[in-house]
Amino acid sequence: MKVAYWPGCVSRGFTPELHGSMAKVAPLLDIELVELDRACCTGAGVIAEHNQELADTLNARTFALAQQVQGADLMMNICSTCQGAQTECQERLDANAEYREHVNGTLAKYDLRYEKDNLANKNFLWVLVEELGLDELRSRVKRPLTDLKVGPFYGCYIVRPTDRLGIDDEKPRDTYLSLVIEALGGTVIEYAGMQKCCGFPIITMNKEASLKQAARHLGDAQDADADCLVTPCPLCHLNLDLQQPLAQRHASRALDMPVLHLPQLVGLALGLDPKELGFQRHVVKPASVIDWSTSVVAGVGDEGGAVSARGW
Amino acid sequence: MAETGKPPESYTLRIRRFDPESGAAPYWAEHTIELEPHRSVLEGILQAKGRFDGSIGIRCSCKAAICGSCGVRINGQPGLACHTHIGRAKETSRDGVIEIEPMGNMPVIKDLIVDMDAVHWKKVQRVTPWLINKEPIPEREYLVDRESMVDVTQTMACIQCGACVSDCLSMEVDPLFIGPAALAKAYRFVGDPRDAQQYERLQDLAEDPHGIYDCTHCFKCIEACPKGVAPMNQIMRLRRRAGSDHHISDRNNGERHEAAFVTLVKDHGLLWEAELLPRSHGGNSWFGKFAPKAGLELADSLPVITKAMLRRKVTPMGALKPHKIPSADLKQVQDIYDTVHGRDERLELNLYITGYDEDEAGAQEPAAVAASGGGDGGQTAAEGGQPGMTPEDSPTR
Repeated sequence: MKVAYWPGCVSRGFTPELHGSMAKVAPLLDIELVELDRACCTGAGVIAEHNQELADTLNARTFALAQQVQGADLMMNICSTCQGAQTECQERLDANAEYREHVNGTLAKYDLRYEKDNLANKNFLWVLVEELGLDELRSRVKRPLTDLKVGPFYGCYIVRPTDRLGIDDEKPRDTYLSLVIEALGGTVIEYAGMQKCCGFPIITMNKEASLKQAARHLGDAQDADADCLVTPCPLCHLNLDLQQPLAQRHASRALDMPVLHLPQLVGLALGLDPKELGFQRHVVKPASVIDWSTSVVAGVGDEGGAVSARGW
Repeated sequence: MAETGKPPESYTLRIRRFDPESGAAPYWAEHTIELEPHRSVLEGILQAKGRFDGSIGIRCSCKAAICGSCGVRINGQPGLACHTHIGRAKETSRDGVIEIEPMGNMPVIKDLIVDMDAVHWKKVQRVTPWLINKEPIPEREYLVDRESMVDVTQTMACIQCGACVSDCLSMEVDPLFIGPAALAKAYRFVGDPRDAQQYERLQDLAEDPHGIYDCTHCFKCIEACPKGVAPMNQIMRLRRRAGSDHHISDRNNGERHEAAFVTLVKDHGLLWEAELLPRSHGGNSWFGKFAPKAGLELADSLPVITKAMLRRKVTPMGALKPHKIPSADLKQVQDIYDTVHGRDERLELNLYITGYDEDEAGAQEPAAVAASGGGDGGQTAAEGGQPGMTPEDSPTR
């Protein structure tokens, strides 16, 4: 499968391990990544908030670049926020021919044009389930995540609004993380916050509320006995992992919850080494909870539960 | 749409019961009722109340999704009990039993009845929900553009049911947040050309630490609303007007954050995260990071910054140098910025107003469709004898 690959900004900035692990995992799944290195930021909703036409035009430019990739089956992203921001723009462009022509008019001088009905844009999570297929994924697992208790964390932009994102009975995209975790041999831990907001969008505006959100979901996952979380969104990863030392203050307890990027979890089951997947880059190192070097069989309970006693 | 004419089926309801005055803890009660699948969850609740337990507390009136009284959570999702098919509710349930709870974020008065006065109505009062007349008041009616009123119709569709308040994730951690319903109501007046104090309203909502910049953009209210009001979109419009139109520099970093984000993407094509945070606090320029406010924020984040550096998540070079796209492409991006910012009017396409193109033929030749009278009552912006107009100028609803 050949995809026009949009990595986003944060996967090349503050979460370099995400972009890196995707590059490692793709060949193992026979996904050929053609990186859209000429494309710009999706605006993450903020540019649309500033000026809708600007966001729509910038993203139409990205869509047009993706449509120029020869032989690509679809456009793929690894960021829930990119998915949501782009789908919102694509919805407007597809809904109204006159508006689409107006935007294409701006792009014409760069010899770019967005054509409706000719571009599926899917997050890696959707690609795994809808394009590759769970059976195929299962057949490629080399090291099943036996006994690993994984809590899904979706990120708002990839689960809401359901009609815009094409979530329905036939495509229950808001359940895909659970399906993938199971296909990789892991145990799904459901908890209250798994489809709630990580709080990141208001980290500069209301830091306390933002961190309280992260703390709440991490705490819920901890209470539900998760070993780690997995997310398809690097922005959620920033609030849940990078900010976890600060979020912890609002939880009044040690959280110590490792948060994995989706390609990392997949890579682990496909037999890649934790180091190759960039686990050492996390603020809450996954190794602090689970000894990934010998097996992925969770050893948390065996350690007596005390954080300090884990010793890794 | 559920089919009518099907025979009645059995449905089991699991209703959350709670009477704070009794001193007893909340509990679940299950009742099995008989109804046709196209009937509403409300009818199910009323049947359980009539047949099994008259003490079940539920507020309702019109049974037609107009009065907004019967807001509850069905299988965890907020909505109107009268506007949810009972057959569909069973399909979306976890275990075949339809779970009905009172709405969230508001105290329970009894069972499924929550205290709307304590939360929802108080917040609506907060936004001055009435028109402040422009002086002098005309002798007869105000004359306004049709377009400007169309712009606020979406917020006027609100029936004050509280479903969005129930699910608001910001309010979950910050109960003081003004919230989706009240802020949508605020846009109803900010967007009204007859109102005299649009600037003051915006300044008030921007400066409030629990105002427009406290919305976390989670889409919960859009998903919850049974009337398509999309409160979050209205909050974004309030921000757009406060930041881009009135340049209200608020104490919550809202305007600075937006300006910094937009500028950084224009300057580099990609977001430069290391620069975004200090600029949001200290001001939208390279020197922003040296402002006292930015310094305080950096100091507060020191544990995180140190960890990130130690883990080589962020390298000093990475923080000091942005990632960029090729210069020819950056030029295109900047050119697009200039083109769009150079327009006389900001173009906004509100799909609630314009709707969707009906079919491919119509989408490709909108003028032809309009001329031939096709599209049978569709909502495309191009029809109705207004070809060539921008979408927001030609609402057809």
